[in-house]
Amino acid sequence: MEQHTLSLSGLGRSFGSTRAVDAVTLDIRPGQFVGVIGRSGAGKSTLLRLINRLIDPTEGQITFGGTDVTALRGRALRHWRRDCAMIFQQFNLVERLDVLTNVLVGRLADHGFVSSMAMQFTDAERAIAIRALDRLELAPQALQRAGTLSGGQQQRVAIARALVQNPRIMLADEPIASLDPGNATRVMEALRSINRDDGITVLVNLHTLDTARAYCDRIIAMRAGRVMFDGTARQLTDDVVRDIYGSEGLTEFNEAVTSTAALPARARQSA
Amino acid sequence: MTTAILAFERDFAQQRRRARLTFAAVTLVLVVLFLLTAEASNFFKVTQVTQADGTRAERWVIGAGLPRLGEYLSKTIPDLNWSTLPGDIAVWFGRWQIWATLLLETVLIAFMATVFGVVGGFALSFPAARNLSPSGWVLWLSRRVLEIARTVPDLVWALIFVFCFGVGPLAGVLAIGLHTMGALGKLYSEANENIDMRPLDGVKASGGSWFDQMRYGAVPQVLPNILSYTLLRFEINVRSSSIIGYVGAGGLGREFRTAMSYQEYTNLSALFIIILVTVIVIDRTSEALRHRVIGLGATA
Repeated sequence: MEQHTLSLSGLGRSFGSTRAVDAVTLDIRPGQFVGVIGRSGAGKSTLLRLINRLIDPTEGQITFGGTDVTALRGRALRHWRRDCAMIFQQFNLVERLDVLTNVLVGRLADHGFVSSMAMQFTDAERAIAIRALDRLELAPQALQRAGTLSGGQQQRVAIARALVQNPRIMLADEPIASLDPGNATRVMEALRSINRDDGITVLVNLHTLDTARAYCDRIIAMRAGRVMFDGTARQLTDDVVRDIYGSEGLTEFNEAVTSTAALPARARQSA
Repeated sequence: MTTAILAFERDFAQQRRRARLTFAAVTLVLVVLFLLTAEASNFFKVTQVTQADGTRAERWVIGAGLPRLGEYLSKTIPDLNWSTLPGDIAVWFGRWQIWATLLLETVLIAFMATVFGVVGGFALSFPAARNLSPSGWVLWLSRRVLEIARTVPDLVWALIFVFCFGVGPLAGVLAIGLHTMGALGKLYSEANENIDMRPLDGVKASGGSWFDQMRYGAVPQVLPNILSYTLLRFEINVRSSSIIGYVGAGGLGREFRTAMSYQEYTNLSALFIIILVTVIVIDRTSEALRHRVIGLGATA
């Protein structure tokens, strides 16, 4: 597969007078595992939604290889969304459909109108879907309604849905914020395997610093819509962290307090 | 007390005052509206009645009219004697063969009309939902279409279609179908407006088209509501189709007209019983079905 760099230049999005994302310029090379951190409302989610084109930018440009992503319309836009898969904090599955159909939703971008309205998928597509589920240890649940699964299982179904899209980039918007430490670790390990074994670029929003330190090659920190820091975990010193989170009034900023990892000690060592 | 609590007390008193004012204003408006409509519908009218001794007297219209209701009802009830009961009933329902055919036609009209209405209303309920509509003018257009279809009563549609397509059940099917489309489209679109949008975001983020978002994200969420509304509408349509023949659009209504114009009052009561029984049977069946659907939905 061709490998391209994802480039954001001067990317911005305003909601009324609020600048949710403000002049963000970044290059994300293929195969990177990038974590985006920052306090709530810093613009992390908006940034990911801009890249997937779930929302349109008010200024700036996104390019991928020679393609101007911000100019895509119709079928080409849907193919970009397929190539740039997204998973969400609240999983965004269709709870009343079974797990297998939820995964097959990842194939819809290549479907014609009639087959998609009739929910008709080929045997080959079903095989891809069940293999993706098996990889995430969810094959036994394939015929259950998605709503009956636990949060951690639902997030892994969402990852399977993203995988069957054959994406080049995987965006994850706070994927572990609603999960307990055990499930959070499983989801992060799944993302790491997708990044290392499949060579897919991963861009993940996180609100726990230790997770970012443990998994990400590169950490980008945002505050008030702007990129405040861009570097490795080692470069992310306590002073930088205070600056990002603006911990005025907090006498001491303790990463362990916000941690959701099962083993925070290990995360610190690898940092 | 701290200033924060004092501020709360002040805000709370203000909120209470505003709520009381709103309540008083709404009550006043409702009372005025009631009095106006009562006046317009002659509710307070005083009429003259002839008393038993031949003198005329002033009476409130409701009090004067109520005895006549009993008079009318007693006319529609046939002479039934215990000794000759089977024969009397046979006379009462003497036209049963015609009525059975027309009853079947009535139910079929209701069924076909419901099918047409469901298809049309379902298709328009997505562009007519504020949260799902692809664009402003599509929303506007589909809402107006549904409004026109439902604000014109089905009897008026029937008059128009009898003129176009002639006397018979086709006019009835089209008339009730069109009205059903408008009514169901509105109900379906309101169900659509209450759905969780996150699954649709998920489908969209995977590269799904607008139709994919509706099919995979919205339809599974609203399906129990749609089934429930549809069955309820079928019950309503059986009632509509039993009167629509009055203007020549097929079904039992034709017999109502005949019975009234020939003043065969006992036929009216027989027809009334037939419709009552039919509607009760359909109500009960569809209620059982609806509860099953809702029950299935709850286990999801």
